[in-house]
Amino acid sequence: MSHRVGALLGRYPALRLGLLIAAPLTWLVAVYVVALAALLVTALWQVDSFTGDLERTVSLENLKTVLTGELYRTVTLRTVGVAALVTVIDVLIALPIAFYMAKVATPRRRRILLIAVLTPLWASYLVKAFAWRATLSDGGLLEWLGTPIGLQSPGYGLSAVVMTQAYIWLPYVILPIFAGLERVPDSLLEASGDLGGGPVHTLRWVVLPLLVPAVIAGSIFSFSLTLGDYITVNIVGGTSQMLGNLVFVNAGAANNLPLAATIALIPIVVMLGYLAAVRRTGALDNL
Amino acid sequence: MTLSRTARRVLAGLTGLILTGIYLPLMVVVINSFNTDQAMTWPPSGLTLEWWRRAASNTGARDAVLTSVQVAALATLIALILGTLLSLALQRFAFFGQNAVNLLVILPIALPGIVTGIALNNAFKGILGLQLGLLTVVVAHATFCIVTVFNNVQARLRRLGGSLEEASADLGAGPWTTFRLVTFPQLRSALLAGGLLAFALSFDEIIVTTFTAGSGVQTLPIWILNNLFRPSQAPIVNVVAVVLILISVIPIWIAQRLDGER
Repeated sequence: MSHRVGALLGRYPALRLGLLIAAPLTWLVAVYVVALAALLVTALWQVDSFTGDLERTVSLENLKTVLTGELYRTVTLRTVGVAALVTVIDVLIALPIAFYMAKVATPRRRRILLIAVLTPLWASYLVKAFAWRATLSDGGLLEWLGTPIGLQSPGYGLSAVVMTQAYIWLPYVILPIFAGLERVPDSLLEASGDLGGGPVHTLRWVVLPLLVPAVIAGSIFSFSLTLGDYITVNIVGGTSQMLGNLVFVNAGAANNLPLAATIALIPIVVMLGYLAAVRRTGALDNL
Repeated sequence: MTLSRTARRVLAGLTGLILTGIYLPLMVVVINSFNTDQAMTWPPSGLTLEWWRRAASNTGARDAVLTSVQVAALATLIALILGTLLSLALQRFAFFGQNAVNLLVILPIALPGIVTGIALNNAFKGILGLQLGLLTVVVAHATFCIVTVFNNVQARLRRLGGSLEEASADLGAGPWTTFRLVTFPQLRSALLAGGLLAFALSFDEIIVTTFTAGSGVQTLPIWILNNLFRPSQAPIVNVVAVVLILISVIPIWIAQRLDGER
């Protein structure tokens, strides 16, 4: 019996493919695609402001609210700005350390550094956010360190959100950039040097172009993870709000799931636009 | 390209500085777990083992750890199976819609957690009328964990190429025998690496969890969030955090051993 199945599978590759792909594809479509589609439909529904019941009639009311509301525009710009800033900071910090790890450090030291970068990845996200809350607080470490040299702790607010998020997502950016640099062959750097290229020239014209997909892969993490965050904002953001907060409040306390769904479309559109823009670079294979 | 001594020193210095920045807040957590002052002002006014003693007898934290381990183990198991199947399909076959499938695997992690969270919450509760519980969390976590296994296995398959599998088929082995005796042994360390990452991702996830867990389900991140702002409990959260950091060395050590083997 099993022989016959084997022979059948051997003869028909399409059958093999079908068997391999059926379960995962069904899962992803049934769980994820359907859920996203349902979210889209929910965005068109309403909540009766009097009874709080869901009205399943199609209307563009929520879309209009979100597209024209001052609040949503401000918060969207703020959120995208914070996510972009976090990403830029993380890439700028990740480049030198990843370069040192991949191209300068001895293999033994590289290993130790890799562990050092990976360990905080396993420390709880919440604890890291909370550590920053303690560090930034009145009488916290930052104030203690800063006062003697005349610097102040920024306190809780947007800049605290940027610092904390950049801190939390940094390992996610370092790792793909490090992996990307490891794939740049040393011989290429030597060849550039032999041909008279100085370090700066080599970095700019040899390393950087090869590194673009890895940098983008890292940026997808930091950008997306910041884009939807609302918990760090609650912990160190003071009174500032990001898109995630609006979704969370509307889905929960405000009991307006359709509006929450509509707001959630903003990060979806932003992220899909970002993914579409970077698809050609091959970055998605580097995730 | 040869870097000058100065350039190497500057890079080493920057690396040291960045690592200090990475570890300083974690050190704050470690020291605060011994801080006598509940408000955690700096520098600590005194040191105590009180919080460690209290944490040891805290059943809430212990139950939450168990729940998280359960969720992460189940989600990882599902992700391992689905991720391996999918990477075999995409790496060993060429078919129409391949890129779309590729994007579909990445999407649950590329879209912000709040989107995944509210979409699944809406689907489970609003559309399917399910009661949120442990199982809904597992399904949600498995969905975004597939990609870590998929990436690791996919990268390994790409490097291995298909020649050994073809040889096995030429010698008369069926697809299942080939997988069991040829492909799987070569995938083992990639599966472990992907599985570890999936486990970690699930263990630490809070946003999707908040939206898909029923009120009765308390994973460790949810327990931490609930206790973070309670002055009497916050120091215990510090202790739990330190323990987690210490335990996390084990999987990293395993992953490094695997890397060395490769």
